[in-house]
Amino acid sequence: MQKIMVCIKRVVDYNVRIRVKPDGSGVMLDGVKMSVNPFDEIALEEALRIKERGANIEVVAVSIGVADTQQQLRTALAMGADRAILVQTDAAVEPLTAAQTFLAVAKKENPDLIFLGKQAIDDDANQTGQMLAAIWDRPQATYASKVEISGAKAAVTREVDSGLETIEIDLPAVVTVDLRLNEPRYVKLPDIMKAKKKPLDVTSLDALGVSAAALLKTVKTEPPAQRQKGVMVKDVAELVDVLKKKGLI
Amino acid sequence: MHKVLIVGEHDGKTLNPATAKCVTCAGGIPDREITIVLLGADTASVAAQAAALAGVKSVLRVDRPENEHPLAAIFAPQLVALAADYTHVFGPSTSFGKDLMPRVAALLGVPQVSDLMAVETAYRFKRPTYAGNAIVTVEADPARKLIATVRVASFEAAKTGGSASVESKSTNAALPSHTRYVGAKTGSTDRPDLQTAKRVVSGGRALGSAENFKLLFSFADKIGAAVGASRAAVDAGYAANEMQVGQTGKIISPDIYIAIGISGAIQHLTGIKDARTIVAINKDAEAPIFEVADVGLVGDLFQIVPELERLVSG
Repeated sequence: MQKIMVCIKRVVDYNVRIRVKPDGSGVMLDGVKMSVNPFDEIALEEALRIKERGANIEVVAVSIGVADTQQQLRTALAMGADRAILVQTDAAVEPLTAAQTFLAVAKKENPDLIFLGKQAIDDDANQTGQMLAAIWDRPQATYASKVEISGAKAAVTREVDSGLETIEIDLPAVVTVDLRLNEPRYVKLPDIMKAKKKPLDVTSLDALGVSAAALLKTVKTEPPAQRQKGVMVKDVAELVDVLKKKGLI
Repeated sequence: MHKVLIVGEHDGKTLNPATAKCVTCAGGIPDREITIVLLGADTASVAAQAAALAGVKSVLRVDRPENEHPLAAIFAPQLVALAADYTHVFGPSTSFGKDLMPRVAALLGVPQVSDLMAVETAYRFKRPTYAGNAIVTVEADPARKLIATVRVASFEAAKTGGSASVESKSTNAALPSHTRYVGAKTGSTDRPDLQTAKRVVSGGRALGSAENFKLLFSFADKIGAAVGASRAAVDAGYAANEMQVGQTGKIISPDIYIAIGISGAIQHLTGIKDARTIVAINKDAEAPIFEVADVGLVGDLFQIVPELERLVSG
């Protein structure tokens, strides 16, 4: 194993309360705190842990997005990535386009392993890793909660609806990570200083030969239906009474 | 005429109820014909279950030893071959469908629409984004095949009483050898399945330990409920991962959801807002869970839950 690529998405921070624009054209993003997609942080942490187990491995963080996405890549470098690549675009990038872009980068970089978060917390699509594996014609192991590398193979334990499932995959491969794979490290100040000197290359979709044309059209965005506020009961007896009246128990 | 192919989920014995919900979703497409495809080592008995779903025209069985376990890398090329005759290919938004469908879409070179929650036209759908805080209406190009996953909590299961034809199919798709099934560890199965249970009792970090979760199991067993958990409880090791309810766990729609010691983070609420009735029990009267609860009780769960169990069995 020589190289691990980690795909990073810049998303609205998970603590931000999302508000839909009154004209239905999207969600309010002005002045909103942006962060590394939390699942992608876990993906990067896993790559760094594999690197720190002693092997001479290069970890490359790759993102697609607006110029300010450099901030999230600097965070990745501060966490410990060796270098970063930004595919800069102002276009809204759909999962299939993202997969095609990461494939174009992978063809230049030839990583042994590509880690991604299982989903981004903005569009919640849960597609990019699977699509990348498909068009790369390589194995995919989604929702990883444990990754064990041995030579040119990996045993990956996956979080599935019925519990845990383990599969064995040949490398190179794509692994998408779930919440409980690890706990990402905190970035320390000296690492932020060091990260400023690490290489961050900027390229474009054009240079990679990828079209940003939208395949799906978002017609409108609206807030979800609100539930009506319910009643408060004073004790367990009253609770049981209410539930029995509703025929629920 | 729209021809919808639904990728059925099953374990070789039982058709997962998510499939019947996909049928209802597909039924919302005007002028359509619905086919269910089942990949497995031996799908005879699940094919009979699928054929009995009302609204289904035909069931395709693709039986071969390589299909014993649902590996996306193995299933996807076969589905690509089968998809040729269809305008739409749907799978459930379960871990099975979420893993598989994007691989199918990308091999076909088309986009996927994830988590359909409403069908407006054959190519226009609603889906949740930002943990359900923004619902987008998405339109796809009718010139392309439409691949989608169905947010199963948004749809009732199709009824039985149908009599679809059952046909065995084979494809000459080349299957890779780079992905191999090793094994599975599944949770206990004597309780109702979380994803389809009519009643769910769910615990949060306030339970304090895995040991204390037994309180919930005991109560749940009294009322025949499945047991869920918040992400905080799962992360803390109090509950197994498959019990997690929320944005990144299971999205459920039981008749009654009893949230015990769950504060109600937005990411959790997105997993439960299709529940008919939400009951919240929490010692913090300001907890956000009370904003969405139909019935709320402020108090100490360690006193309330045993009393609740006593009163419902009395």
